[in-house]
Amino acid sequence: MVSLDSGVRRHGSVALEVRDAAVQIGGRTIWSEVSMTVAAGEFVALLGANGSGKSTLLKAVLGAVAPTAGAITVLGRPAGAANSAIGYLPQRHAFQVGARLRGVDIVRLGLDGDRYGFPLPLGWGSRGARIKAARRRVDEVIDMVGAGGYAHRSLGECSGGEQQRLLIAQALARRPELLLLDEPLDSLDLPNQASVSALVSEICRESGVAVLLVAHDVNPLLPYLDRVVYLAAGRAVEGPVEQVITGETLTGLYGLPVEVLRASDGRLVVVGQPEAPAHHHDRHGHAHVHAG
Amino acid sequence: MSTPAEVAAPTLTLNLAHDVGEVLEYHFMINALLAGGIVAVMAGLVGWLTVVRRETFAGHTLSLMAFPGASSALLIGVPVAWGYFVCCGAGALAIGRFSDRATGSFNEESVGIGMVQALALALGFLFLSLYSGVLGSLENLLFGNPLGVSDAQLTTLAIVAAVVVLALGVLARPLLFASVDPDVARARGVPVKALSAAFLLLLGLAVAATSQITGPLLVFALLVMPAATAQALTARPGLSLALTVLLGLAIVWLGMGLAYFSVYPAACFITGGAFVVYLLVRLLGATRRRLIARRLGPLAPPPVPEGVIA
Repeated sequence: MVSLDSGVRRHGSVALEVRDAAVQIGGRTIWSEVSMTVAAGEFVALLGANGSGKSTLLKAVLGAVAPTAGAITVLGRPAGAANSAIGYLPQRHAFQVGARLRGVDIVRLGLDGDRYGFPLPLGWGSRGARIKAARRRVDEVIDMVGAGGYAHRSLGECSGGEQQRLLIAQALARRPELLLLDEPLDSLDLPNQASVSALVSEICRESGVAVLLVAHDVNPLLPYLDRVVYLAAGRAVEGPVEQVITGETLTGLYGLPVEVLRASDGRLVVVGQPEAPAHHHDRHGHAHVHAG
Repeated sequence: MSTPAEVAAPTLTLNLAHDVGEVLEYHFMINALLAGGIVAVMAGLVGWLTVVRRETFAGHTLSLMAFPGASSALLIGVPVAWGYFVCCGAGALAIGRFSDRATGSFNEESVGIGMVQALALALGFLFLSLYSGVLGSLENLLFGNPLGVSDAQLTTLAIVAAVVVLALGVLARPLLFASVDPDVARARGVPVKALSAAFLLLLGLAVAATSQITGPLLVFALLVMPAATAQALTARPGLSLALTVLLGLAIVWLGMGLAYFSVYPAACFITGGAFVVYLLVRLLGATRRRLIARRLGPLAPPPVPEGVIA
């Protein structure tokens, strides 16, 4: 567990701080005594089995779920007060509207989708300059995620990996200081999992944005992570991968014997951790192993 | 005011200018064309969002609210327009209760809308059977009488349309955001639930104003068909909105023009025309995709020029 010297660190170096937080939904405690920090420019993964409360933690960071104990501070302000500086990518299986909008339109909504008023693309003077700046920013983030080749296609014709890149571009549109990505690797094939992980790491290093990425498989992220937070059995452990994903730590967390094996290619295999009863299938087959 | 029945049977000549001139000689035809134009623009814009939000079932149910609206107004002896507005507004609120996307699933939502619709139709029939006075034909109640629009009706329609279009313009961006991407929009502080309720109210208002003139069934055709056609043609939102309005205007005006020269009602030409155009667009798109696939081999993705979809 990383303890934070909050007297010394100011906003600017710490993007997200969760201290001894607990959340209850419908009277049931989802997790408690959770503490973690994400500093500016850090890439942290939030791991855990299905149903361990990872998405709930993101919602708490967004201020959509209030903690029943402890405190959550985002960019020096209470959770929910700094959402305009957060880029959020929710968990989803396929894009809902599917077809009839282009990638650029989705990215543009990330930039000024919350603005009221006639969205006519015409204007002179300062309005014209604003419209041009908005278009430039959209092109910029689309370039950043390498989506230039398909951003003008309808979303329904983009593959899962292409949609995921466009949605990351959408989350980046307003130059956020904190990126919250909920299972962006889910439902992608292995090459796309690897390339989207590399992309997020690159964005994190180059623009100094703090990233908290939810995943149930740590392996595609291994080369890039600064730290991981592992949620299980209503508790969390935070630290570097090699300290957290060990048989000892996970056994302590789950209270059950858990073993961690390292494959010859460096991939981690967690054996023996209890799965949430509602999700008892192995989506990725045996060759591809869950860390949580 | 003349109605088509009173004038000598008009005949379509091959001289287009002469035909158009003849149509425009009649006040009732000018009113009809103006009303049809206003409806095409308003229903097109509202309908475009209805299709994007996949709320056509809600739109259909709201348009049927006109039936209990009209019959209840007749029964208690108030102007029919009141019945339309009250019932469509109540319907919008009832559907809003069932379309809480934050918690409810789409399945529950459609079940709720289905129940609202069944109840509305049953109430309509009840009011109709309780009403013992002389009723204009049921046909007019369902299909409207676009060729019998009064000046007062036209004014009301224009005012409601202006309100609806202005409100849509102001809400446009957050509404689109909330429609395509509710989770992200909510995190950005967009009031997703309130916008959803506001949109249903605008939809109800548009439907109520339009139903009095074109009938509920025709409103629904204009709400869905031009928008669906335009969205099948292009994924550019601006272009597809403009196409929706232009298609709606062309279909309504051509349909009314043809109805003037024939014995069949305008609703048939308008709805039939809209459907034929939609069918053609889908067939052309499918054919083009097949040709491209054959040329490029089965695995090649279809090349898409600048957001325009085959």
